[in-house]
Amino acid sequence: MSTLEIKDLHVSVATEDGDKEILKGVTLTIKDGETHAIMGPNGSGKSTLAYSIAGHPKYTVTSGTVKLDGEDVLEMSVDERARAGLFLAMQYPVEVPGVSVSNFLRTAKTAIDGEAPKLRHWVKDVNSTLERLDLDASFGTRSVNEGFSGGEKKRHEIAQLELLNPKVAVLDETDSGLDIDALKIVSEGVNRFAENKDKGVLLITHYTRILRYIKPDFVHVFVAGKVAESGGAELAEALEANGYEKYLTAAV
Amino acid sequence: MEKVASHLHPEGSYDVSAHSAPTGREEIWRFTPLKRLRGLAADATFAPSATATTWNAPDGVRVENVTGDEAKGLRGISGLVPNTLFGARVLAEVSDTLLVDVPAETELDAPVVIDLDGKDAGVVEAAHVALRFGAHSRATVVLNHTGSATMAQVVEVKVGDGAQVSVVSLQDWADDTAHLTHHQAVVGRDASYKHVAISFGGDVVRMDCNVTYDGPGGEVELLGLYFADEGQHIEHRLFADHNAPRTKSHVTYKGALQGKGAHTVWVGNVLIRKVAEGIETYEENRNLVLTDGCTADSVPNLEIETGEIEGAGHASTVGRFDDEQLFYLRSRGIAEDEAHRLVVHGFFNDLIRKINVPELEEKLLATVEGELAKNVLKDAQ
Ligand SMILES: Nc1ncnc2c1ncn2[C@@H]1O[C@H](COP(=O)(O)OP(=O)(O)OP(=O)(O)O)[C@@H](O)[C@H]1O
Ligand SMILES: [Mg+2]
Repeated sequence: MSTLEIKDLHVSVATEDGDKEILKGVTLTIKDGETHAIMGPNGSGKSTLAYSIAGHPKYTVTSGTVKLDGEDVLEMSVDERARAGLFLAMQYPVEVPGVSVSNFLRTAKTAIDGEAPKLRHWVKDVNSTLERLDLDASFGTRSVNEGFSGGEKKRHEIAQLELLNPKVAVLDETDSGLDIDALKIVSEGVNRFAENKDKGVLLITHYTRILRYIKPDFVHVFVAGKVAESGGAELAEALEANGYEKYLTAAV
Repeated sequence: MEKVASHLHPEGSYDVSAHSAPTGREEIWRFTPLKRLRGLAADATFAPSATATTWNAPDGVRVENVTGDEAKGLRGISGLVPNTLFGARVLAEVSDTLLVDVPAETELDAPVVIDLDGKDAGVVEAAHVALRFGAHSRATVVLNHTGSATMAQVVEVKVGDGAQVSVVSLQDWADDTAHLTHHQAVVGRDASYKHVAISFGGDVVRMDCNVTYDGPGGEVELLGLYFADEGQHIEHRLFADHNAPRTKSHVTYKGALQGKGAHTVWVGNVLIRKVAEGIETYEENRNLVLTDGCTADSVPNLEIETGEIEGAGHASTVGRFDDEQLFYLRSRGIAEDEAHRLVVHGFFNDLIRKINVPELEEKLLATVEGELAKNVLKDAQ
């Protein structure tokens, strides 16, 4: 089972002029086997939602709840959330100088599983995962995200998704900055993950392009810190045709 | 050579009476806790050494404690003209010299390791070390300082033309050690010289590491790794004196600090004289502050007297753990203490790779690990 349940979530960030509320009551439930797409204009709070779920210290939850299979996620530390089964593919993956990808992956896998992976299988898994994502085997010895191209960073995020195998994946604009080949490769990775039993996907995107490769069960239009409309895949098509115009004028 | 009017590089003298004890107001002493040096920088009497010195001497290399005229003849082989009282006193008052003599064209596969194991911090002592590398030789010398000592030391290095040399000085002292040391090197034509300073232990460690060139085309890499704990003072001062054309100096020093009163100082002086056309220099110092209550001073200083240089630059940072890095690691399930460990290891890793003495690599990683266990990991639990 894996259900991520977000209820009336309000989130602020500290700014020079005091706290600023960015999420203004987000309610969303992602159940087993479901893929939800969140679409919204720049600055609408999509990344804020993703980071708040993952527990980034910059964001303060002022009210509301986030539960994973009934467990209070907001009570957990960042690493506890990951060990509970949440994964965030970041819009801007962070460089960690001097820490090799292979060391990083092994350390993360060990932390998530509570024991070190069997070496022989693990090396094979890593190599085949990197290969499927069209990342050279030499990636293992490179420092995490350092000197990676934009596309390589995103593919590295999906490699982690596949290897760490969480319950629920939040993908924050994993599609942005990818050319069409990379977009296909990344989408295939996400689909492989989603096809496993009991997985949930929250796909945050600005564009409809990726929805040609990843079929969402639900689409939510995100505007000014909350869900403005929810529907099925057809809602994405309407957005493709009409843009966010109608929601933006309604929001102000 | 033309004189350069700079307060940082006062004219030196072999004459002890030409120097006076520092007061702490001098530019070159302003960061150093003189009281904790137990008179090393001033006029404390140098007693016979209480440090056990042992070494391995591979075939073809002479390692010996020499005395008399031979020892006298080794004073100044690096071109050193002391600009401190302790430097002048060590050259004048210490009768013997630990000599490592690598003949011309000798190539060593393994490092010459000299262990200096201090037995008594209550004994104020002084030492002169001379490392002489003949033309086109290739060698690594490791000075491994351990134990308890109160030591003033001058290490003179002569790198012959075309030689490829590494000198590694490990300060892995016990907590009660005071170590005041000056490493001076002269680098021959087209030679390359790598100097590595690794400072973990001791109450006070101050190292001056100076380099000049004896002809064009010399390449110098000065690397440093330090880790200061509660109450420790670790000071590294570097001076690359580009006195010849087409010479290079690359400086990378990285340090971590943890615990109340941990203090590190890095002063990187580079002088590019008028004759030094077509030179290249880059110096970098990065400090990672792991806990509250630490002070890291970092002072790069570049003096340029010619416009005809290939490249010159410097970077200096003092920072805390990067929240975004920690968040990224932790969002992959890695617990906070483990994330700290990874970041600190990562911080030092590229430097340890650059040191490139395989015999030392594991020991360094283990020492970093040991330092982390003292504080960062303990706090996180
Ligand atoms: N530290 C901060 N100080 C002030 N405003 C902030 C801060 N952090 C985020 N914001 C604001 O919060 C809003 C939402 O940002 P967020 O990054 O969540 O948007 P987004 O929907 O992900 O946008 P994009 O499509 O550009 O990725 C933006 O208006 C942003 O400027
Ligand atoms: Mg965003």
